[in-house]
Amino acid sequence: MIVFLQSLLSGVLVGGVYALIGIGLTIIFGVMRIINFAHGDLLMVGMYLTFFIFTLLGIDPFLSILVSIPLMFLLGAFLQKVFINRVLNALPQNQILLTIGLGLVMSNTAMLLFTSDYRILTTSYSSGSVSLGGLSISTPLLLSFLITAAITAFLYWFLLKTDIGQAIRATAQDRDAAQLMGINVKRMSVLATGLGAALAGTAGALISPTYYIYPQVGSAFTLKAFVIVVLGGMGSIIGATMGGIIIGVTESLAAVTPFIGSGLKEAVVFLLFLLVLLFRPAGLLGKSRM
Amino acid sequence: MSSLLQIEKLNFSYGDLKVLWDVDLTVNQGEIVTVVGSNGAGKSTTLKNVSRLVRASSGKLVFDGQDLHALESHQVVERGIIQVPEGRRIFSEMTVVENLRMGSFVKSTRPDREKNMERVFTLFPRLAERRDQLGGTMSGGEQQMLAIARGLMGNPRLMLLDEPSLGLSPLFVKNIFDIIKEINRQGVTILLVEQNVLQSLRISHRAYVLETGRVVLTGKGEELLRDDRIKKAYLGA
Repeated sequence: MIVFLQSLLSGVLVGGVYALIGIGLTIIFGVMRIINFAHGDLLMVGMYLTFFIFTLLGIDPFLSILVSIPLMFLLGAFLQKVFINRVLNALPQNQILLTIGLGLVMSNTAMLLFTSDYRILTTSYSSGSVSLGGLSISTPLLLSFLITAAITAFLYWFLLKTDIGQAIRATAQDRDAAQLMGINVKRMSVLATGLGAALAGTAGALISPTYYIYPQVGSAFTLKAFVIVVLGGMGSIIGATMGGIIIGVTESLAAVTPFIGSGLKEAVVFLLFLLVLLFRPAGLLGKSRM
Repeated sequence: MSSLLQIEKLNFSYGDLKVLWDVDLTVNQGEIVTVVGSNGAGKSTTLKNVSRLVRASSGKLVFDGQDLHALESHQVVERGIIQVPEGRRIFSEMTVVENLRMGSFVKSTRPDREKNMERVFTLFPRLAERRDQLGGTMSGGEQQMLAIARGLMGNPRLMLLDEPSLGLSPLFVKNIFDIIKEINRQGVTILLVEQNVLQSLRISHRAYVLETGRVVLTGKGEELLRDDRIKKAYLGA
């Protein structure tokens, strides 16, 4: 029982970060109808950014997001303006090729600059834990979850209550109608990609104390983000939040289930993914307010 | 009367298919001008050109002395040309109030947001009752009210209405035309595109008849109502 609760809890905590990755992907998809296959690579950039800010400047990874969020936002905005904007009306396969290409350029540039060595970011609390009612929670995981929750809450507020946030949702729902409201949809696309990149980068920063950092780390996360977003419903932010938590919990529980174990936990995730595709192809939420 | 919108020799094609041929159209300050014509005559395309959702190959488009060609859609809205599109196109996953807020997204109109919201709730009491309901869950008529109300939130100087009566029950159709008249009375110039020829000509100061992309007839609303060609082709008399 205690093992179950322990796994459930850590699943939720990991799922929070997954949600952040998924939300970024789903915002970009919502506004531009483009699947960003470079999403995991943006996360990788965020990891390296955090790693170097930590090793060179000695700034704590959880603190350094204050620097990496704006930097990653600018990177995303730049990628949209210079590259993605040109394929907005192109064939889907061309859009896919472009974002996959951008991802390859990022991961290979990282390899060129930083070699393919695995790097580890060790903080004073990396292996620490807090105990709560008999359960022990890893300190970095708990901290990252709290930050994730705060960012997600802020994002929800931004999208629901502010003019710009509502304009992003309006653009995602009906691009032409949004233009007729005087919304500059090109700017919303830049903003959405910047936001998506900032969220991916933040997720990268938050997991850097617990994951290996290497140039190819992104591809696994791109796939995971895609699964999360399809699970929740393409374009749905609430769906992506739920999807992230569900994937986190599924992985975590599968890892402690007899005969499955951590070697096969990914298989369980994809099995779940297939089931959702079969029975709820529009995702768990389908259409939602955001 | 001074002209607010001037369209001269507008030509437009969707790929190889030419849909507008030398269209000339003027809307004067304070008027209701209607463009009537059957499906595919080029009515909506004309409005889309004014809103810059599509871009004409040639022709003059001038609003209040300013050339519209160089502008993007959102800049046209900033100058006070607001289109209520065909099929309503409200944001279906947003509430009534959120839809209305989007109608005053343009910065210069935000200070008037509260005042305008009161104004549209007076004009459409039904919307006030449904303020927190999601747009997509409302009836067709209510959605049309919301679409018009959303347009009014942006302080329009010229309102482009694309088939506002389409798909509405007869009772509602009457209602919508009354509302258009009322909006005009409050000082908004209106360019209306309609298939409901009888009702729209009744409320129009002037009208244009568009056939396969060409203006074939123009005149005062009530004159056209008595015109034999109009009677034959559109009024079934």
